Amino acid sequence: MEFTNRETWTLIHGLILGTFFLLAFAGGLAGLWSLRTEYVTPAGIGERLRRLKIGTTAMAIAAWATVITGTWIVYPWYRESLAGEEGAGCEGVQVPTGECSPRDFLLSNVSGQTEDWHKFGMEWKEHIAWISPMLATLAVFLVFYYGPALARNRTARMLVLVVFTGAFAAAAIAGLFGALITKTAPIT
Amino acid sequence: MSETAMTSELEEIDRPTGPVAAAVLATGIGAFVLGLLTTLSEASTGVHDFLEFDEDVGPLSGKTIIAVIAYLVSWAVLHGMWRRQNPAVRPILIATVVLIALGVLGTFPTFFQAFASE
Repeated sequence: MEFTNRETWTLIHGLILGTFFLLAFAGGLAGLWSLRTEYVTPAGIGERLRRLKIGTTAMAIAAWATVITGTWIVYPWYRESLAGEEGAGCEGVQVPTGECSPRDFLLSNVSGQTEDWHKFGMEWKEHIAWISPMLATLAVFLVFYYGPALARNRTARMLVLVVFTGAFAAAAIAGLFGALITKTAPIT
Repeated sequence: MSETAMTSELEEIDRPTGPVAAAVLATGIGAFVLGLLTTLSEASTGVHDFLEFDEDVGPLSGKTIIAVIAYLVSWAVLHGMWRRQNPAVRPILIATVVLIALGVLGTFPTFFQAFASE
């Protein structure tokens, strides 16, 4: 069992950083939701806040790392133009090859109606993903700025929750399309 | 509780609202610039070619670099302007929601592909 360099980077981008992001989101969401003066003691708020700062910061770092590795390392392999005019390099293939990049493969429709995976799925994924780290960074800023006030001020807490969930939603759209596109046209 | 009453709660916290307003609005600006460039890149081959900062990544390189620069620079500038002030949060939140919605719309393929140049 071994992975190529490209498969390793695809795993780092989609699975390792993606899982880290999901875990950080789940922890942060639970921490934010329960950070209320009626639920925890003052000492508990301090401890919860410390975890919340770590969780949201980890999520933002994971979000930036995911979009940077995705755009600058993995995406060029996806979008290489290898198949030539009329997509000759993709004729008769079942999966992308050295003469048929994942993008060429999807657009060629040699394995069923696949072009919408690129024209809609990949086109949306590659752009909307970049909104996630901006929102995640905003969530981190708000958590650090408001600090313990988050526990007693419902509006501040809700603002962070909405921003935090927005970051997750943008990443979830990108992640879902990424997983489905990789299943149809893997980078090898 | 009305929305106005809710956002006024943010102003009750014993810290200026300016830094929060700056961070929130900068996020909206970053998202909007990304959506705008995505649509402009589709509509104009000149913009498309200009945004190709890196040949391997294509125009996505320019779109994302410029959007991130717009986000960080607008955050720094707005923070500098508002760090000790207390601007009303509600209109800034509304503006940010509109900017993010436009940004998401601009990145939506069905929308931006409608502007595709021949």
